[in-house]
Amino acid sequence: MTEKQVMLITGTSKGIGKFLANYYANKGFIVMGCSRSSVDYKISNYCHFCLDVCDEKKVKQMFAKIRKTTGRLNVLINNAGIASMNHVLLTPVKTVKKILNTNILGTFLFCREAAKIMQINKYGRIVNFSTVATPLKLEGEAIYAASKAAILSLTEILSKELASLGITVNSVGPTPVKTDLIRSVPKEKIDRLLAMQAISRFGTFDDIANVIDFFIKNESDFVTGQNIYLGGI
Amino acid sequence: MQEKIQKIIFAQVEEINEQLEFKVPVELGTDAPLFGGNKGVLNSISLVTLIVAIEQAIEDEFDTALILADEKAMSQKNSPFLTIGSLADYIVLLLNEENIDD
Repeated sequence: MTEKQVMLITGTSKGIGKFLANYYANKGFIVMGCSRSSVDYKISNYCHFCLDVCDEKKVKQMFAKIRKTTGRLNVLINNAGIASMNHVLLTPVKTVKKILNTNILGTFLFCREAAKIMQINKYGRIVNFSTVATPLKLEGEAIYAASKAAILSLTEILSKELASLGITVNSVGPTPVKTDLIRSVPKEKIDRLLAMQAISRFGTFDDIANVIDFFIKNESDFVTGQNIYLGGI
Repeated sequence: MQEKIQKIIFAQVEEINEQLEFKVPVELGTDAPLFGGNKGVLNSISLVTLIVAIEQAIEDEFDTALILADEKAMSQKNSPFLTIGSLADYIVLLLNEENIDD
């Protein structure tokens, strides 16, 4: 592959998404990013779209623009996600809908539209985000963990449906990383969670990028439908 | 508009025909069967490929993002994917709903 690869990353206004946008732009990718808000940074080889990942019309328009301007999409990183720490008896339906919409519907929508462009060149790499909260069955994270359990199923089944189009679909399950997502989680809870890992430390952005690097390599064309948890779960 | 849409569909069908063992009989014109019914020649994968190709061609021609396989299409008594003609009618309907003119 001689021409620059085009990558789309969701949720690039902060945290892991912001890091990944910088990381892959520096690696020579043409990076497209999106988030509900605009970004407070400027990177060469980066183009930003302001949208909600659940807004089908806006999302379709963004993909149309990517196809028309670049003619290709090589990699999709479905990073956008939200969490809410709540006991089940205190979880409002509104919160549930918000989490399911962003985490499941958003991921599905981006996989569907990305695959439509990727199939033109019979090549694509999709990386979704799962979480250790699912296998660790974290109390207070019922909806978040359930939404990410759905991502595991989605990843496995899409890997089969999209294999004949040359598209691989995998997921990475980070441990707690110091981002806004865990800002409201009490320290004792985080410490207990870290103690459940084989390697008891916070994850870093580089840990996540390392797994994504592996999934999106050209040579990883025989790796699909897989999930990698960090930290040893 | 109808003619323009039909032209787009024929162009995409002819492109897909090159990869198909059992080809869509485009010589039947707008009656050429696509998917479903007794005469449909496309399997589900080739229908998906065709729908995506047509969606992208419509995007290019009319600068609008249509979703052809939407709930309305799936719930219609007579599938819009039966023939080239029925698909063209359905696309015109969707474009009219979007207030897209020729």
